[in-house]
Amino acid sequence: MSMIIPPPPPSEGSPSTGVAEPAPAEPGSGGALTAVEAEELGLTPTAKPRSLLRRGWEVFAENKLALASLGLVLAIVGFCFIGPLIYRTDQTHTNLANVLCHPSASHLLGCDNVGYDLLGRLMLAGQTSIEVGVAAAVVSVLFGTIYGALAGFIGGPLDTVMMRLVDAGLSIPYITVLIILSVIFHPNKGVIIFVIAAFYWLGVARLVRGETLTLRTREYVQAVKVIGGRRSRAILRHIVPNAIGTIIVQGTFAIADSILILAGLGFLGLGVQPPTTDWGSILSGGLQYLQSSQSYWWLIYPAGIAIILTCIAFNFIGDALRDAFETRLQRR
Amino acid sequence: MAPLLEIEDLRTYIELREGTVHAVDGVSLYLEPGETLGIVGESGSGKTMTALSIMGLLPVGGHIADGSIHLDGRKISGLSDEHMRTIRGDEIGMIFQDPLTSLNPTMTVGKQIAEAVRLHRDVSREQAMDRAAEVLGLVGMPRPKERLNEYPHQFSGGMRQRVMIAMALACEPKLLIADEPTTALDVTIQKQILELIDDLRKRLGMSVILVTHDLGVIAGRADRVAVMYAGKIVETTATATLFANPRHPYTEALFQALPDKAAETRERLYSIPGAPPDLIHPPKACRFAPRCRYAQDHCREEEPRLLGETVGHTFACFYPVGETERGERRAAAAAATAARAEVAAEQFAKVPGEVVLATKDLVKDFPVTSGILQRRVGSVSAVAGVSFDIRRGETFGLVGESGCGKTTIGRLIVGLEKATAGKISFGGVDLAKVSGREYRHLRRKIQYMFQDSYASLDPRMRAGTILREPLVVQRIGSHKEQERSVAEMLDHVGLPGSAMERYPHEFSGGQRQRLGFARALMLRPELIVADEPVSALDVSIQAQVLNLMSGLQRELGLTYMFISHDLAVVRYLSDHIGVMYLGKLVEVGPAEEVYLQPAHPYTRGLIDSAPVADPAAEKAKVRAGVTGELPSAISPPSGCRFRTRCPLAQEICAEVEPPLRPFSEQRHMAACHFPLEVPLSPETSYAAEPVTEP
Repeated sequence: MSMIIPPPPPSEGSPSTGVAEPAPAEPGSGGALTAVEAEELGLTPTAKPRSLLRRGWEVFAENKLALASLGLVLAIVGFCFIGPLIYRTDQTHTNLANVLCHPSASHLLGCDNVGYDLLGRLMLAGQTSIEVGVAAAVVSVLFGTIYGALAGFIGGPLDTVMMRLVDAGLSIPYITVLIILSVIFHPNKGVIIFVIAAFYWLGVARLVRGETLTLRTREYVQAVKVIGGRRSRAILRHIVPNAIGTIIVQGTFAIADSILILAGLGFLGLGVQPPTTDWGSILSGGLQYLQSSQSYWWLIYPAGIAIILTCIAFNFIGDALRDAFETRLQRR
Repeated sequence: MAPLLEIEDLRTYIELREGTVHAVDGVSLYLEPGETLGIVGESGSGKTMTALSIMGLLPVGGHIADGSIHLDGRKISGLSDEHMRTIRGDEIGMIFQDPLTSLNPTMTVGKQIAEAVRLHRDVSREQAMDRAAEVLGLVGMPRPKERLNEYPHQFSGGMRQRVMIAMALACEPKLLIADEPTTALDVTIQKQILELIDDLRKRLGMSVILVTHDLGVIAGRADRVAVMYAGKIVETTATATLFANPRHPYTEALFQALPDKAAETRERLYSIPGAPPDLIHPPKACRFAPRCRYAQDHCREEEPRLLGETVGHTFACFYPVGETERGERRAAAAAATAARAEVAAEQFAKVPGEVVLATKDLVKDFPVTSGILQRRVGSVSAVAGVSFDIRRGETFGLVGESGCGKTTIGRLIVGLEKATAGKISFGGVDLAKVSGREYRHLRRKIQYMFQDSYASLDPRMRAGTILREPLVVQRIGSHKEQERSVAEMLDHVGLPGSAMERYPHEFSGGQRQRLGFARALMLRPELIVADEPVSALDVSIQAQVLNLMSGLQRELGLTYMFISHDLAVVRYLSDHIGVMYLGKLVEVGPAEEVYLQPAHPYTRGLIDSAPVADPAAEKAKVRAGVTGELPSAISPPSGCRFRTRCPLAQEICAEVEPPLRPFSEQRHMAACHFPLEVPLSPETSYAAEPVTEP
């Protein structure tokens, strides 16, 4: 119930964060303090204006799980990109002498079925996964945002047509299309990014359109019309910045999802081709040895754990970001 | 008789991230059986927290730190939640401000009331439903048995509040706590609900605690009053005594900030300087001292205790308002009466300026669609043929209740909506016939002030950027010149230069409203349409904004169109008033004439329903106000739209729509077949003389 949420104390003339009211020159106010003295008595004016981003960060930072996840993501990125500079391995030439070697001092996680050092392979695969994940997320969020904001703001028949196109796109089973596209086009990183983004943007567009519909009725957006501003200004300067919260949250989920999709494609053998690799391809390579009498655990578990950890970390960050932005709104 | 409720030195603290808020800091109250206690205060005074403490419904982080609450001799503070649950609903009932969010939208109304019954009484489902129907009838719901199976959204605001009252009373509690029960309702419905609560109190022998910020409501309904400020009670006494003889400076200041008394003389309202103290670190001295005009050094060092010279009237002040001050004020009031006569003469002598804005037969319909194909099944007649004009330099007040179309008219004038029919001309130019550059140029001259200051300022932009935006859009001046304009404007509205760097959420409500006003002024408009600009503000802040608006009007030669539902504020600020009902303009004319000699029965009803901060005047009100509910705007009544609620309605009112007829030389017009005053040309009226109500 709305009554149970604590009213911001005190809402009228909120002195703890606000600007002190200058005392209006009233006759007979001789006994009263001036505005400056009143401010000093019981008020604590802030030194710097705290933007919404800062406040959002403060709430985010309180969530220990989110901080841990952020740390984990940074660690994984460091592992993938800086790791190869420290732990040098040969990832272009196969070495059949080392095929399926066990973990040892020279090969910390053993070797895979064509002799590549597995730890080095994980790092390389990580680079690809993260690059593709982030790039696909950025492209799909950018495109989806503009599409959704336009549809939501303009409304009417244009909105209907645009959204029906999105609905149609969402109803196509993407795995099938991905497979077909991967067979037709020679799958390299760029193509894969395009293919993943081509499906992910649909969900983003729907979400941003919803946000736009809500924000469109906000009075500060209507105020733009009153001062004579055009629709483009209302969308770019007012709606998109205020929807940024949702967009960023969606972006982090997009990264996690893209990594998963790439892994799936790689698992099916339709992802990037050797010598570039991704975690899904590593898993795929290890699959054939599941049933063998010897346990080649290093072929399966490390890659699997890497995928799980990365995706979970991004998901926690996304959740915490969503809480951070929403708490801010709630505590208004 | 032993008091029903005794609160002793209650302290309620709320743990927040930044610290502990001392929301209620040492409050002691008592309540006799069968009486109404009013707790009045502004936002942040702790009145709602006190009410919630009694019920044990504190928000997350809230707890009773000290003190005790006794109900009928039994201690109820500090009880376990399970134990409290048996008391809530059974011995204490509570109703909240917004009935829409307080009722479960997915349960029928009957089930919700029955739920309240079954929680405390061992009865079957049928018996609970019977009791629900019984109690719905008790609260004045027509055809209660049929409406048991309807959902909350199918009821109007006033009806929903009655459902809430029914839920609270289902188990016949000894105490009813009403937290701002009518703030969200129209003035005419407010009167009905308050009368209902009063009536039920007498019939059921209940006691009522009425928590509100509205002094008019207190004047009319409360037997005793406690005034709260910054978590403490500053004065408590019988209602009549409080209004006649306020001893605490804060109470006196509150009365002086009300527009009711100042309306006749148009003097500046007293606005209390400064802001309430920070309750996370409450000062050790008198909490009102920083803002008090009588404060001495002693007040800033020690905290005054709640004491009294007479039994039953206690106040917490070292230097209370006494005879000398009141004597001075009586002299001032005498001078004011003389000034009133002068002002009245001056008003009527004022030569009306040229017409700045004129509307003719303005119509706005909103389509109602349903079905998969969104077929248009009807339309909401929001504005149905409204014509009026606004002269230069005057303030035109448009008053009416929810659904009357006043906000829609404001939006039509500013261009936020497009009229279905009719003409709006500004300075002689028809706004519909202009387009492109000329239209944008014309747009500069009419600006808008929004009601909700928080929603009308982009939370992601700094104040300086928000104020610069109109200039940027209209391409006026260089960056430097724009910044200078902004600084100048901030000065005009009484905000410090440092405000430019701050975000909207860092300002208080009153300051945000000033920002909204500043933004409207940036383009140096000729006409400002202000939609309920002070409705969401506390009385003391409201006074500041009203003073600012009238001050700047004189200085900058502005014309205002002031839209509000608050008759007192409209009367204070306006030269000319228009009264709207369900899309029609029922009366229009000079403010004093419309208020003192209303010709239309609805205007009379509106004036009667509005609570006035004067207990004697409230008791003297014998007229019933306006009965009934607002009809649907999709299928409004034929002929005169007010006829379904009008005590004077006859057959002709359903057949012929009454035209606007003049009632005086000063452009006073009303649309009624049986007006309360004599029209200028009596032969066109259907009654030979003004009709007195039965």
